[in-house]
Amino acid sequence: MSELPGDLLYTRDHEWLRREDDGSVTIGITDHAQGALGDLVYVELPEVGQQVDEAGEMAVVESVKAASDVYAPISGEILQVNEDLADDPEKINTAPYDDGWIVRMQPSDGVDEGALLAPDDYQEFIDGLDD
Amino acid sequence: MPFIPHTEKDTREMLDAIGAESIEALFDEIPDELKIDSLKAVPEAVTEMEISRLMRQRAKMDGSPLCFIGAGAYEHHIPTAVWDIATRGEFYSAYTPYQAEASQGTLQTIYEYQTMITELTGLDVSNASLYDGASALAEASLMAVRSNRRVKTGRILLAPGVNPVYEQVASAIAGAQGLSFERLPMDAATGNVDFDALPDGREPVAVVLQQPSFAGTLDDVDRLTDWAHAQGALLIGVVNPTSLALLRPPGQWGENGADIACGEGQPLGVPMSSGGPYFGFMTCKQNHVRQMPGRIVGRTTDLDGNPGFALTLQAREQHIRRSKATSNICTNQGLMVTAATIYMSLLGYYGLRQVALAAHANTTALVDGLCDIDGVERLFGGPYFHEVALQFDRPVAPLLDALAERDILGGYDLSGFAGKPAILVCATETKTAADIEACIAAFRNLMTSDALKSA
Repeated sequence: MSELPGDLLYTRDHEWLRREDDGSVTIGITDHAQGALGDLVYVELPEVGQQVDEAGEMAVVESVKAASDVYAPISGEILQVNEDLADDPEKINTAPYDDGWIVRMQPSDGVDEGALLAPDDYQEFIDGLDD
Repeated sequence: MPFIPHTEKDTREMLDAIGAESIEALFDEIPDELKIDSLKAVPEAVTEMEISRLMRQRAKMDGSPLCFIGAGAYEHHIPTAVWDIATRGEFYSAYTPYQAEASQGTLQTIYEYQTMITELTGLDVSNASLYDGASALAEASLMAVRSNRRVKTGRILLAPGVNPVYEQVASAIAGAQGLSFERLPMDAATGNVDFDALPDGREPVAVVLQQPSFAGTLDDVDRLTDWAHAQGALLIGVVNPTSLALLRPPGQWGENGADIACGEGQPLGVPMSSGGPYFGFMTCKQNHVRQMPGRIVGRTTDLDGNPGFALTLQAREQHIRRSKATSNICTNQGLMVTAATIYMSLLGYYGLRQVALAAHANTTALVDGLCDIDGVERLFGGPYFHEVALQFDRPVAPLLDALAERDILGGYDLSGFAGKPAILVCATETKTAADIEACIAAFRNLMTSDALKSA
């Protein structure tokens, strides 16, 4: 059973999104996603200042057995990237919702909750995948 | 690992299992108008006996001329052991095996090859080879664009000495992917980069420097490497592996070294064979490794603590990353690499250095002799390795034809490249003093005969 914090929003591509007090959002991949990928060995990060579109490719996470794109859950500008992942990509494995965050973004049109999944909905979604 | 073809029974069982009528039915979704029923330029199949006879006839047409042509492919002595070992059953395949780790010997050979090529080029990592030297430059250019993400122009600046055929191939492969190739200005006296006329503000993503140049000259690698880095570009070095026994390797060019090196591996134990198969090599600094195309073999330790070899960084490759792979050309030349590995092992550092020195000395003897003839002089001054451009006072094509009738391939017609009558000559270690004398005498004889007098 994978961990699923209740204060986050989720996508069907297994990203999570946290709304920060300053209006920015922090984004990473879910515990379920890191478990499916296995031990991460490399993360390709976007550049700070880069504009990304909703559902556009934003980063790449690479494990010993697969490489997977990380898509932007919303449109906006990259404010900060988690530089620690360059040396310690396994932080995504050990703390996917904490030290394993990937980028911080400034949303260009706010966060459309209707387009994202609440924790229960995401749980239901991944339960469906296991069938 | 043997190759076992499917029997008709195997095929039938597989088709039945998926419910397909025939193999043709698997291609149903391709519209009929896109299908062709014959390849008109490809002749019907012939028997082994017939094809053997045809190939013998074709091979005979090559004759056994004295060859003084280089221009990208070089005649070197290949010790008999090279192909004796390379054609053993354990090695005799062009492919890296599927379930690669089951073939530890093959992987170890590639690992040894990678080690030798990184030592030759002075860089950190090598792949298991690419298709040939020209496509290696195309791959290096695409790799530079991926690796140097800060620069968005897709503009690659080529030193004047980059082989024009390499530019054509790189342009054909990478041109449609948003890359453009532009030449840097040439200093007419040296044939090298004109440093006084270098363009500023072109925002190149990479600069390509070929050493020795296509016309045989040696460029100021330190200065151009540092200039490229100051422009925010990566520096790609195109190098002749034999020359690296004498010249400073790309990894040591300028303040920080070249970022990527690539080139044609044919001089390392692969016969000229009328143009192929050859192999391309590519090495780079550690920080670019995730953008490197092709396979990479790594050394590892198994559960029992024994050393072993494994394919590594496979997430770059097309069987995992599909359309986002670092390359979808994906061809490597395993068999040629096996030969090159054996060649380099047999020669060692001092052997390769002797080959390079002998080729340099022979070329010097040839050039000195030819420049004694009235109407022949060096096109560019300066030092060279084993290839020199000579300009002539008359059109060179009739001269080269007349030499060919005497069984001498007198050089590569460089007139198109030079903009005046010129020949590029090369005398490797395979030429004796008598061979070189014969070539000089034939040139002298033809140039003083009535038929080929200067206009």
